[in-house]
Formats: sequence, C-alpha cells, structure tokens
Amino acid sequence: MAATADLFIQRLPEVSARELHVLAVDDSHVDRKVIERLLKISSCKVTVVDSGTRALQYLGLDGGEKNSSIDFDSMKVNLIMTDYSMPGMTGFELLKKIKESSIFREIPVVVMSSENILTRIDSCLEEGAEEFLLKPVKLSDVKRVTDFIMRGEGMKGGKRSQKRRRSDDCIPSLTTELSPLSPSTLASKKSKL
Amino acid sequence: MDVVTQMQRQLIQYTSSLFQEGFLDDQFNQLQQLQDESNPEFVVEVVTLFFEDAERLLNELSKSLQVEQESIDFRKVDAQVHQLKGSSSSIGAQRVQRVCIAFRNFCEQQNVEGCLKSLQEIKQEYSLVKTKLETLFKMEKQLFAARGSISR
Repeated sequence: MAATADLFIQRLPEVSARELHVLAVDDSHVDRKVIERLLKISSCKVTVVDSGTRALQYLGLDGGEKNSSIDFDSMKVNLIMTDYSMPGMTGFELLKKIKESSIFREIPVVVMSSENILTRIDSCLEEGAEEFLLKPVKLSDVKRVTDFIMRGEGMKGGKRSQKRRRSDDCIPSLTTELSPLSPSTLASKKSKL
Repeated sequence: MDVVTQMQRQLIQYTSSLFQEGFLDDQFNQLQQLQDESNPEFVVEVVTLFFEDAERLLNELSKSLQVEQESIDFRKVDAQVHQLKGSSSSIGAQRVQRVCIAFRNFCEQQNVEGCLKSLQEIKQEYSLVKTKLETLFKMEKQLFAARGSISR
C-alpha cells in the first residue's frame, strides 16, 4: 500500500528534465490562441480546451467515476490554467471539481480573469487556486508561474501571501467597470506586482 | 533613401500613429513579441480570430437589441459585450475595449438608448480598427516582399 502511494505521489506534478504539460481552458478563441503561444514560448507542452466540461473529460473526471485504469496522458498534467468567466461551467466550478478530486487535487490551478474583483480573487484562492492572473495575460506572468512549478516549490506558501498583498491593490467590484483607470494603467499596475 | 528604408519608415510611422491615436495599446506590442521565425504569422492569426469573434458578436448584439424594448435581455447583451471586451483587450484594440466598458454600464442601468448608442459606436470603432490593422498587415507584407526581392 505504502509503495503504491509513493509511486502515486511521484507521478504527481513533479517535473524533472521534462517539460511541463499544461491544460489551458478558455471559451475565447482569441485567448486560447494567445495562451497556447505564451505557454509554448515558456517551453511547455500545451493542451487547450474550450470549456470546463471538456477539461474534465480530458482529465477523465467527467463521469465522476474514478477509473483504475487512469488515462496516462491526462495523468501527466502539471498545471491547469483556466479562464474564470465561461458559459456552462465557470472556471471557479472547474477549480472546485479539481480540488474535490483525490487524483487531481494536487495539480496547481491558475485562474485567469479580465475582471479585477476582490471577492472573486479571494474565493478562488480560498478554493485552492495557486494564482489569479489578470487578463490580458502577459508572457512574464506565464513564465513566472511555470518557473515556479518547474522548480517544484509548493506555490502555496510564499506565493499565496504575495497574492494577498496583490489583492489589497485591487479595485473593489462595484467600481471596476466605472473606474477611470485605463486598461493600460491597470496593466502597469499588474506588472508592478 | 532606398525603397526598403522608406517603407520601413512609413511602417514605423503608421504603427506609431495607431498607438498615439489610441487604436492600439501595449497588448498589441506584447503580441508582436510573441511572433518569431517559427511563428511568423502569429499576430495576423490572432487578429483574424478577433475579427471573426467581433463580427459574430456584433451580429448577435444587433439581434439582441432589435427586439421590443421591454423584452431586451440585458444579461444576454452584457454577456455578449463582455466577450467582445475580452477579445478586444487581448489584441490591444483599446478604443473598442473602451466602448465595451461604457456599453456594459448601460446594460447594468438597463438603459436602452445608451445600449443602442454604444452598439453604433462599437461598430464604428471596430470598422476603424479593422481597416487600420489590415493596412498595417498589408504594409508589412509589402515590406517583407521588397526586402526579399533585394536579397536575391
């Protein structure tokens, strides 16, 4: 039993000399194309799907059944990056499903959103997201995230506290859209962090 | 000044003007940095996806707003504008994005007139940025061809 557990743990997100396999989830055509390119430039293997449902299918979680013969390819997903606002299953719901799964809960999940809403960020972090990225996602964001995971340092420690500080900077939800900040100002705010 | 240098200058000037006039923002630069010899058409490909997305969404928005005023589904309209805002932001189409933000405010207020006005504005801004980007890509292509013919 113990031996199996060890083997199991070894199969989880640790990456040695291999590349990270990232599963990216976004309903937007444009954003799928961009995130795929960002990840490829960051030397990752990328699988892109257009919905939470498809993401779960890919992981083999859709039936809710835990197969003993686990799909080898999907077992090797080292990181999941998902958009927040998607029709059908939201990124938040996908996050929850992944964290509820005994097989996949250790896979880091990063949530991306164009909306800088404090409560949204908080609930994602509380639900176990490693990171919350503001769209449009930059290469520096992706590199930072993938570097972190490649190094195998649990993101849950330092990164989380960094995120807490970041969210202090966020504009509260009600004023987000009415904020006089231009997109480029928001972007530079983001990159300062 | 030889032709290629002249074309390069024009391209730089044209690109600059698009940024200065607010049609494009830094995100467009970010996309250009993702392009290289292994992916020489990346920006064109992404922008083409944006054009497809935008046109589909503008059609849907027109339909959503063409109904009886009392039966306008503002949540649906807002969701559609949100999508358009997202993709315009992803390619750096700043002016389109800004009108989307205003549009969403009108949706929240359930302000029909505001929504109709915003839709018109978005159509205009989209049409402008599309023309400008197509011009930009054409200039790039011509420059590439001119460089190519010289090195032969």
